[in-house]
Amino acid sequence: MEENLLSVRNLTTSFKIDGEYYPAVDDVSLDIKPNEVVALVGESGSGKSATAFSLMKLHRAARIEGEVLFNGKDLMKIKENKMNTIRGGELSMIFQDPMTALNPLMKIKYQIMETLKIHKTKRKEDREEYAIELLRRVGIPRAERVGESFPHELSGGMRQRVVIAIAIANRPKLLIADEPTTALDVTIQAQILDLIRELQDDLNSGVLLITHDLGVVAEMADRVAVMYAGQIVEIAPARELFKDPKHPYTRSLLNSLPSDDVQGSKLHVIEGVVPPLNKMERDSCRFAPRIPWIDDDEHEHNPQLREISPNHYVRCTCYKNFYLKSDRETSIEVEAAQMEEIDEVTE
Amino acid sequence: MIKFIIRRLIISLPQVILLSILVFFIGSLMPGDALSGLIDPTIPVEQIERLREQMGLNDPWYIQYKDWVVAMLQGDFGHSFFKQQPVLDVIGDRMLNTVWLGLFSTVLIYLIGLPLGLISGRWNDSLLDSAITGYTYLGFATPTFIFGLVMLLVFGYTLGWLPTGGSVGVGVTPGTLEYVISKFQHLVLPSFSIALIGLVGTVQYLRSGIIETKQKDFVTLARAKGVSEGKVYTKHIFRNSILPIAAFFGYEITSLLGGSLFIETIYGYPGMGRLFLESISIRDFSVANVLILVFGMLSILGALLSDIILSIVDPRIRIK
Amino acid sequence: MSNLLEIKDLKVYYPIRGGFFNTVKDYVKAVDGVSLTIPDGTTYGLVGESGSGKTTTGKAVIGLNHITEGEILFKGKAISGSGKSVENSKEIQMIFQDPYSSLNVRKRVFDIVSEPIRNYHKRTKDELIAEVLGLLQKVGLPPGSLYKYPHEFSGGQRQRIGVARAIALNPELIIADEPVSALDVSVQAQVLNFMQDIQEEMNLTMLFIAHDLGVVRHMCQHIGIMYQGRLVEEGTTEEIFNNPQHLYTKRLIAAIPDTDVDKIEENLEVRQTIKEEYEEHFHEYLDEEGKALPLVNISPTHKVALPAKG
Repeated sequence: MEENLLSVRNLTTSFKIDGEYYPAVDDVSLDIKPNEVVALVGESGSGKSATAFSLMKLHRAARIEGEVLFNGKDLMKIKENKMNTIRGGELSMIFQDPMTALNPLMKIKYQIMETLKIHKTKRKEDREEYAIELLRRVGIPRAERVGESFPHELSGGMRQRVVIAIAIANRPKLLIADEPTTALDVTIQAQILDLIRELQDDLNSGVLLITHDLGVVAEMADRVAVMYAGQIVEIAPARELFKDPKHPYTRSLLNSLPSDDVQGSKLHVIEGVVPPLNKMERDSCRFAPRIPWIDDDEHEHNPQLREISPNHYVRCTCYKNFYLKSDRETSIEVEAAQMEEIDEVTE
Repeated sequence: MIKFIIRRLIISLPQVILLSILVFFIGSLMPGDALSGLIDPTIPVEQIERLREQMGLNDPWYIQYKDWVVAMLQGDFGHSFFKQQPVLDVIGDRMLNTVWLGLFSTVLIYLIGLPLGLISGRWNDSLLDSAITGYTYLGFATPTFIFGLVMLLVFGYTLGWLPTGGSVGVGVTPGTLEYVISKFQHLVLPSFSIALIGLVGTVQYLRSGIIETKQKDFVTLARAKGVSEGKVYTKHIFRNSILPIAAFFGYEITSLLGGSLFIETIYGYPGMGRLFLESISIRDFSVANVLILVFGMLSILGALLSDIILSIVDPRIRIK
Repeated sequence: MSNLLEIKDLKVYYPIRGGFFNTVKDYVKAVDGVSLTIPDGTTYGLVGESGSGKTTTGKAVIGLNHITEGEILFKGKAISGSGKSVENSKEIQMIFQDPYSSLNVRKRVFDIVSEPIRNYHKRTKDELIAEVLGLLQKVGLPPGSLYKYPHEFSGGQRQRIGVARAIALNPELIIADEPVSALDVSVQAQVLNFMQDIQEEMNLTMLFIAHDLGVVRHMCQHIGIMYQGRLVEEGTTEEIFNNPQHLYTKRLIAAIPDTDVDKIEENLEVRQTIKEEYEEHFHEYLDEEGKALPLVNISPTHKVALPAKG
C-alpha cells in the first residue's frame, strides 16, 4: 500500500448563522495518494468547495475541526506563518473563475514571481525568467509579452492558464482544483483538462478535483467522492461509480443529465431543494426528504458510510431498495407540496 | 499614457472656456464696471460716455469677452476698485498662503485618514473600527467652521499653545529660520481644523473599499499562494481599495477650498478664501470675480489630476 | 407549417474607436451575415463559444441591439430594417442566463411578473393579482411567493420567476439566452422539463441560445453552430450530431466530456485526432478575413460552410 499524501479525518467546518455554528462540511474523511486524482462531486451548497477551502485553511470566519494530515504534518495544528510556507508550495490551488482570480493592478509576471519569492523556489535574479518559462509550460504563446500584460488584456482561457501557472510554480505535491473549467468554453475546457492531466503526470502530484460536471469527473478522476448536504454519501473508484452507482443521490444525479438518446423526453428531476444549513435534520438520512416515495424504514438512524464492496463506500441503508421514480405526474404533486412546505418554513 | 493625458487636457479645454464665459457674465451682472471706482463724481456725463467708448465698454459682449481674455493672458486681471491696485497684486500673497494651507491639510488628511481607513477596514466590526466609524459620523455631522472655532478656543486661547491669527508672527524677518517656524506654527491650527473634518470621507471610502476588496477572489488566491496576512493587505488589497480615493482626489481639492473659506476667516489667516469673503462684503467685485475664476480653474485642475492619478494606478483605464 | 421567425442576413457591427480623436477605426463584426428560420412551435438551438455572436443575435431579435444590416421577419412581416432596432414587441420575450442578476432584487415577485402586463394593458390591482397568480401556478410556484423578494428563492425557482415574467404577455416567441447554464444539474433538469411543458401548453416557438451541446440536443429540433459571427453549420439535431460536417462542429462535439466510462479512451483519442486536424486544416474552412465560408446545402435541411473541393 502506498502512503497517503493527504489523509483527512472527521473534518467538520461550521459557519455562524444567527449566532450559532452549523456544519457545512460534516465529518468528512478522505484520502489521496500521490499521483491520484480524486474528484469531489456535488451541487452548490453540498460543501465541496468549503472542504477545499478548509484544507487550505482559507476560511476566515469558520470553525474547523478534525485532522488533516498532509505529507506527515497535521495542517490543523500548525501555526499560520508555517501554513504560509505550505500554501502555494507543496499544497496549491486552482480557482474557479479566472476572470476574478488575478489581481487587476499587477502585471502577470509579478503575480507569478510573488509565489516564487515566498517559497524561495528561485533566486531573485532567476525568478523573472522562470515565471516566463512557467507561462510557456502552461501553453501560453508569446509568454514574454503576456508576462508584461495585465489580467484584463487576456482572455478567460489564458487567465486560467496563468492561474494554473501560479499553482504549479513551486511543484506542489497536492493540487486542489476548484471547478477549474466551469467558467470556460468546452474546447478551452478540454485544453485545460489536458493541461492539468499532463502537469499532474509530470509532477507526480495528487489532485483533488472539485466539480459539479460529471462528464469532467468521468474523464479525469481515479476515484470519486459524492457530497450531499455536507456529507460524503458515496465514494468509489470512478469506473465503478459510473457503472454501478449505489446511493440514491448519485443515481438521481446521473439520471438528471440530458443524454443523447431520446430527444424531447423528460429528464429525471430531483425533487425539492437542499435544506439550508440551519434547518437541516442532522441525525437522519439527509437525502430522505427528496425521495419521499421510499419507505421510512429503508433509512437508518445516524446513517454511516459503509464499505459495500472493496473501496466502494455508501452512506445509509436506503440504497438497497431504491428505485428511481419516473412517473412525473405524481412527482409534480410532491414537488408542489414540498414547495408549500418551504413556504411555511420561510413564513 | 501621454496620449491619454493630452486627450484629457483637450477635454478640459471646453470646461475652462465655459468657466471663463460664466465668470465673465457674472462679472458683467455685478453692479458697476471698470470705470465706477475711478471716476470723480464731478466729471460730466458726456465725458464719461467718451471714456466708456474709449475703453470699449460699449462694445458687444463677445468683443468685451475677447478683450478680457486677451488681457488676462497678458497678465492683466483688472483693477481692484477698493485697494486701487492690480487684482493680481491683491491676490498674489494670499494665493501662496492658501496653497500652503491646502497642501498641509491634504497631507494631513491622507497621513491620518489612510491609516485610520486601513485599520477600520481590515479589522471591521472590531472595537477600534467602531470607534473610528463613530468618529467619522461625528465628523460628517460637524460643520468645519464650528470645529474650527472649538479648536481655536481650546488650543489657541485656553491652552495658548498656538497662535490664533495671521499667517506669520509680527516682526519676524522673512528668510530666517524663525520666520519659517512662525509660518509653520500659524498653519497648524487651521490645517488640522480642515483635515480632521475633511478626512472622514477618505476614511469611509477606504474602509468600504477594503471591506469590499478583501472578499475578492484574487485576494483569496494571494493567500493561497502563501502571501502573509500583512502583505496581503499592503500588496494586494490596499492598492485596489484606494482607487475610489484617487478618483476623488480632485474633488477633495474643491472641498478643501470650500472649507478654507470659513477656516481662513475664523483664524484671520490671510488666504484667498478670506479675501473672497472680504471682497464680497466690501463689494470689491473685480477681485471676487477673479477669485471665482481661480477657484473654478483649481476645481478643473483637480478633476484633471484625479483622472491622471487614476490612470497611473489603474492599468485598465490606460487602454486606448 | 409556417416560419414564425425569419432572420435574413443579419449583421450587427460595433465600431472600434481609436486614435487621437477617438474616431471609428474599424468594426467588430459581432454578427456578420446570419440567416435562419424557426418554424412555428419548434425550438432552434443557437450554439457557439463566447464571442461567437449567439447572444448578440438573440438580443437583436428582441430589439436590445441595433441592427447594422439585414432583416428580421416575424410572422412574415418585417419588424426591423437596416440601421434600426426591432421594436419592442409583446409577442417576443426573453429569458436571461442569470436568474440572480436579471431580477431586480428590490422588487417583489408580484412587481416583477406584473411589470410587462402593466406596460401594455390597463388593469386594476385585483385583476393584476389574479393574472400573476395564474402565471405563478403555470410555472409551478406557490401563491405564497407573490409578495416575496428574489433572494428568498433558490436558483431554479428564480429562473421560474424569470419565465413567468417572460410568458406574462402570452408571447409567441421566447428567446432563451443560456437559461440553465448558471444552474446545478438537478435544477437544470427541472427547468428544462418545465420549459418543455410550457412550450407545449402555450405553443411557444423558442430560440434557445446555449453553449452546452448536451442541453441543446435535448431541447432543440434544429441547431445552428456559430463561429465568429457566422453560422458554420445548420441542420436538424440528428444531422448535426450524427453527421457533423464542419471541422468546428466536430471539434465542439468531441470536446464534450461524456459520462460513459467505457468510451473515455475512445473519446480522448477522437478529440486528439480532431484537434490535430483542426490545427492543420481549419484555415481551409475560413476566408481571408478568418470568417466562415458561405453555407452550402448538403441536404434539404443540412447546410455547411465547407471549402470547395479542390
